[in-house]
Amino acid sequence: MEAKQMKTISLVIAMFSMVTIWVQSANAADTIQGMDHSSMENVSASPANTDEMKSMDPAGAGSEKPTSMQGGAASADARDPHAYSDGYDFGPIPPPRMADQAYMGAVMFNRLERARSIHNSFNAYDIQGWFGKDYERLVLKAEGEVAGGKLQEARTELLWGHALAAYWNTQLGGRYDSGVEPDQSWLAFGVQGLAPYWFEVDATAYIGEQGHTALRLGTEYELLFTQRLILQPRIEVNLYGKNDSIRGIGSGLSDGLAGLRLRYEFTRRFAPYAGIEWAGKFGETANLVRTAGAKTSETRWVAGVRMWF
Amino acid sequence: MKRNTSISFAVPDLPRRRFVQGLALGGVLLGLSAFIKPVWASEADKTAGRVQGLTGTEFDLVIAESPVNFTGKQRMATTINGGIPGPTLRWREGDTVTIRVTNQLQEYSSIHWHGMILPYQMDGVPGLSYKGIAPGETFTYQFKVQQSGTFWYHSHSGMQEQTGLYGAIVIEPAIRDSIVADRDYVVALSDWTDEDPMRVLHKLKTQSDYYNFNQPTAMDFFKDVSEDGWSAAVAKRRMWNEMRMNPTDLADISAYTYTYLMNGNAPAGNWTGIFKPGERVRLRFINSSAMTFFDVRIPGLKMTVVQADGQNVKPVTVDEMRIGVAETYDVLVTPEDDAYSIFAQSMDRTGYACGTLAQKSGLTASVPALDKPEPLTMGDMMGTMGGMAGMNDMSGMEHGNQDMSGMGNMSGMDHGSMVMDQSNHDMAGMSGMAMDQGSHDMNGMTGMSGMAGMSGMSAAEKPVSVRHAKTEYGPSVDMRVDTPRTNLDDPGLGLRNNGRRVLTYADLHSLPGIMHAQDAEHEIEMHLTGNMERYTWSLDGLEFGKSTPVHFPYGKRIRVILVNDTMMSHPMHLHGLWAELERPEGGVQVRKHTIIVQPAQRVTFLVTANAPGRWAWHCHLLFHMDAGMFREVVVA
Repeated sequence: MEAKQMKTISLVIAMFSMVTIWVQSANAADTIQGMDHSSMENVSASPANTDEMKSMDPAGAGSEKPTSMQGGAASADARDPHAYSDGYDFGPIPPPRMADQAYMGAVMFNRLERARSIHNSFNAYDIQGWFGKDYERLVLKAEGEVAGGKLQEARTELLWGHALAAYWNTQLGGRYDSGVEPDQSWLAFGVQGLAPYWFEVDATAYIGEQGHTALRLGTEYELLFTQRLILQPRIEVNLYGKNDSIRGIGSGLSDGLAGLRLRYEFTRRFAPYAGIEWAGKFGETANLVRTAGAKTSETRWVAGVRMWF
Repeated sequence: MKRNTSISFAVPDLPRRRFVQGLALGGVLLGLSAFIKPVWASEADKTAGRVQGLTGTEFDLVIAESPVNFTGKQRMATTINGGIPGPTLRWREGDTVTIRVTNQLQEYSSIHWHGMILPYQMDGVPGLSYKGIAPGETFTYQFKVQQSGTFWYHSHSGMQEQTGLYGAIVIEPAIRDSIVADRDYVVALSDWTDEDPMRVLHKLKTQSDYYNFNQPTAMDFFKDVSEDGWSAAVAKRRMWNEMRMNPTDLADISAYTYTYLMNGNAPAGNWTGIFKPGERVRLRFINSSAMTFFDVRIPGLKMTVVQADGQNVKPVTVDEMRIGVAETYDVLVTPEDDAYSIFAQSMDRTGYACGTLAQKSGLTASVPALDKPEPLTMGDMMGTMGGMAGMNDMSGMEHGNQDMSGMGNMSGMDHGSMVMDQSNHDMAGMSGMAMDQGSHDMNGMTGMSGMAGMSGMSAAEKPVSVRHAKTEYGPSVDMRVDTPRTNLDDPGLGLRNNGRRVLTYADLHSLPGIMHAQDAEHEIEMHLTGNMERYTWSLDGLEFGKSTPVHFPYGKRIRVILVNDTMMSHPMHLHGLWAELERPEGGVQVRKHTIIVQPAQRVTFLVTANAPGRWAWHCHLLFHMDAGMFREVVVA
C-alpha cells in the first residue's frame, strides 16, 4: 500500500474519531440536570410501597439520585430490559412484524428556488432524502445551481445515517462535486441533528483527492410567526485544508452564506417562500476571486418552494 | 420541524378548513356496499343512529371493505358486517359463544375481544394467539363468557382498527344486573381519517408535529413579554427549548385530519338516544378510537359512573370524565329536559364527537364550545420536582378571587424558574413557595399559605424509586423522568381546575368481591419511552422488534410498575389478565384492563398470572403500538 494512501486512511480514522468524540460531548451538552435532592431537607426519600420491596430486590433499588433528563449514560444499577424474559423467546408462531421494522423514506426539497442578484440569476436546488428504518438510513443530500440550462455547480452526497443519540445522527459516505471542472469526489463524514434551542445543525468533514480536506458547517432555525408563516434564517460556511487554485479555492475559511427565507405553509408539505441571501468569499478564496476580476460577495433575492413527499 | 419560541395560551389557530363536522347522513354507503343485510336483533338497538345488534350464542361476522363517506369525500373503510361501528354483540355471562369470522379483505385480519378473559388462542392477536385470519378464511372463535359488563372488540392487524374495524360487546350478568336502568345505550366514540393510516404514520415519521397547529409562536412570546416581562417570558420557555420539547404536544393526530364519531356518526350526523322523562338511562361509553382521548360531559346533566372497564364500581357522580383509548365507562343519567348534548371533546381541543339525548328524535341541545387547549407543565415533564401537578381537591382553598378559570393548573405556577435555581429552593411546606411574579395566572392566589387541603398531598408526592433500563440512554429515548408523581387524583392535562367535577382514578373503587387482597410475590418494572423527534415509541427504550418476551410466572401475584418517561398519556393494556390498580399509599383500588399512565407518572398494579399463554401488552394508541410500544407477555 502506498504511503500516501496510508496517510489518507489514518487521517480518515483520526478525523472520524474526532467527530465521534465531538458528538459525544455534544450529547453530554444535551444533558439537562434534574433536581439535586441533597439540598432539600423536607423531602422524604422512603417511598411507601417500595420499602417492602427492598427485600425482594437484591440489587437494591433504593431511591436513585436524579441525574439528568436527557443524554447521559446509564447508572451502574440500571435494569437489564431483557432480564424479565427468563430465557423465554417468541413462540412457534412468528411474532408480528410492526412498523418499527418497516422501511420508510421521504424526499424533502428544502429549497427549489430562483435566485437573483444585480449581476446574475440562477436556479438553485437543495434536496435531502432518506430511506430506511428508524435508526439506520440511507441519506441523500444534493445541492446545486443551474443557470442558462447548465449545471453551474453541484454537490451530491450519499451517506449512511446512523442514529447516535436522541437528537443526533452520524453520517458516513461520499460526496461528488460536478459543474466546476474538473469533477471531484470526497469521503464524507459528519453529524446532523437538533441542538438545544431548536437549532438544526449539519457539520460534515470531507477528505478528497490529492490530500484535499474540507469542513462544512451549517445551521438553520425556524421561527414561527403564526402556525403557517415561518421565518427560516440559515447560515453555512465552508473551510478547506489547502488551496485548490484550479477551482479558485483558498485554504481556511473560504465562503459563507447567510439567508433569511419566509415561507407560508399552505400545507405542511408545500410552502412557497421568498427571501434574501448574502453570499461571500473570504481570505485566500476572496483574493483569488478578486484577481480573477469578480466580486467577492453578493446579495440575492430568492423565491421558491419548499416541499416534501 | 417547527420551532417554538413561546408558549401559547391563546385559542388555537385552527386551520382554515374548520374541524370537519362531517355529513349529516355520513357513514357507510349501504346502498353501494353489496353486502350482508344488517341484522336487527332487538328493539333496544333501534336508536336514531345505526348501531346494529346481534344476540345469542352463535355469530357470523364478515370483515370486508366498504365505501364510506363521513366528510364529503368517499373512502374505503374496513367494516364488520358492513357497518361502522360493527354490530354490538350481546352475550350472557356463562354462555359459550361461537363466533365465525370471515375475512374478505385482501390481507390478513383478526378480531381481538378487548378485556375478555379467555384461552389465549381465542384472543385474536396475530403472532401471539394465532397467525391471523387469512384472506378468504373463516376463523371460529369459541370461548366461555366468564364476565359481564361493557366491553368491545377490534382488529389487531395493521391499521384496520383505524379504518373502522371495531364494535361493542354488552354482556348481561348471569344473575340479575345490579345496575338498573330503563334505557341502555352504547355510546362508542371513535376517530376517522380520510387519509390512509400508513400515510399518516409516514408524515409523523418525517415531521412529528405535522398535525399540531397549536404550536408556540413568536407572537405568543411577545404577548408574554408585554404581560409578564422579558425575564419571565424567557424563563417560561427555557427548559422546553433546551430540551427541544414542545409543551403543546398533546396529541399526535388532531382534527386537522380526524373527524370524531359517536356510534359511527360525525357531529353533523347527530346520533340521538331517546328517553322518556323520568327514565333512568344507562350510557355505555366506549373509547374505540385509535389515537384520541375524549373528555366527555353532558351539559346540564350529571353522570353517575357505575362501571369502569366492565367492572362495577362504587357509584360516583361527576360532571365530566376523560375516557382514554380502549377504556369503557358506564354511567347512569336521569334526564328531564327535552334534549341534552353528549359532548366528547378531544384532549387537544381541536374537535369533538357529539350526539344528543332527547325525548324525541330531531331535537338538539346547544353544543358547548371547545375548551382552550392547555399546554404541558413542568409537573407533566418532571413529576414531583416540577410542581404539584393535578390538585383536584381544592376544598382547602378559600380565595377572595373565586375566578379559577384563568388559573390553568397548579403546576403552571412557573416552577420552571424555581426548579432550576437551587438557591430559590424551599420545599418546606407550601407557604414558602417562591412565586414567580411574572405569572399572570396567579393573581388570585395570594393566600397560598392558608391551604389546609394541600398538606394531604405530601403522602402521595414522596419520591419513589425509579430504575431506568440500560437501553434508555440511546437514540430511542428523548427524556427520562427521575421523580415521577404517583397521585391518582389528577384528572389530567386540560381538566384541572376547570370548575367541573372531573372523574379521576382516585374516585374509582371496585365493588367488594371483585378484587382479592393478596400481596405481590414478584415485581416487574417497565418504562414508557419514546423519541418524539424521530416519532419512535418503545418500552424501556426498546421497540418490539428489539425486545424479548416478558415472563410472568404462572400462578404468581405480580406487581407491575409503569413509569412514564414521556410527556404524553399512554393507555396501557395487558391482554388476558386483570390489572388491579394500586393506591400510592398501598392497597388495590380498582380493577381495569386499560390504565392511563399520565406524563411523568408512576403507577403500579397487581396481576394474578392465572391465564397461561402468550399475551400482548401495549400502549393502546394505535400508532404508538405500531411504532414499537408493544411487548409479548408469556405466562407459564
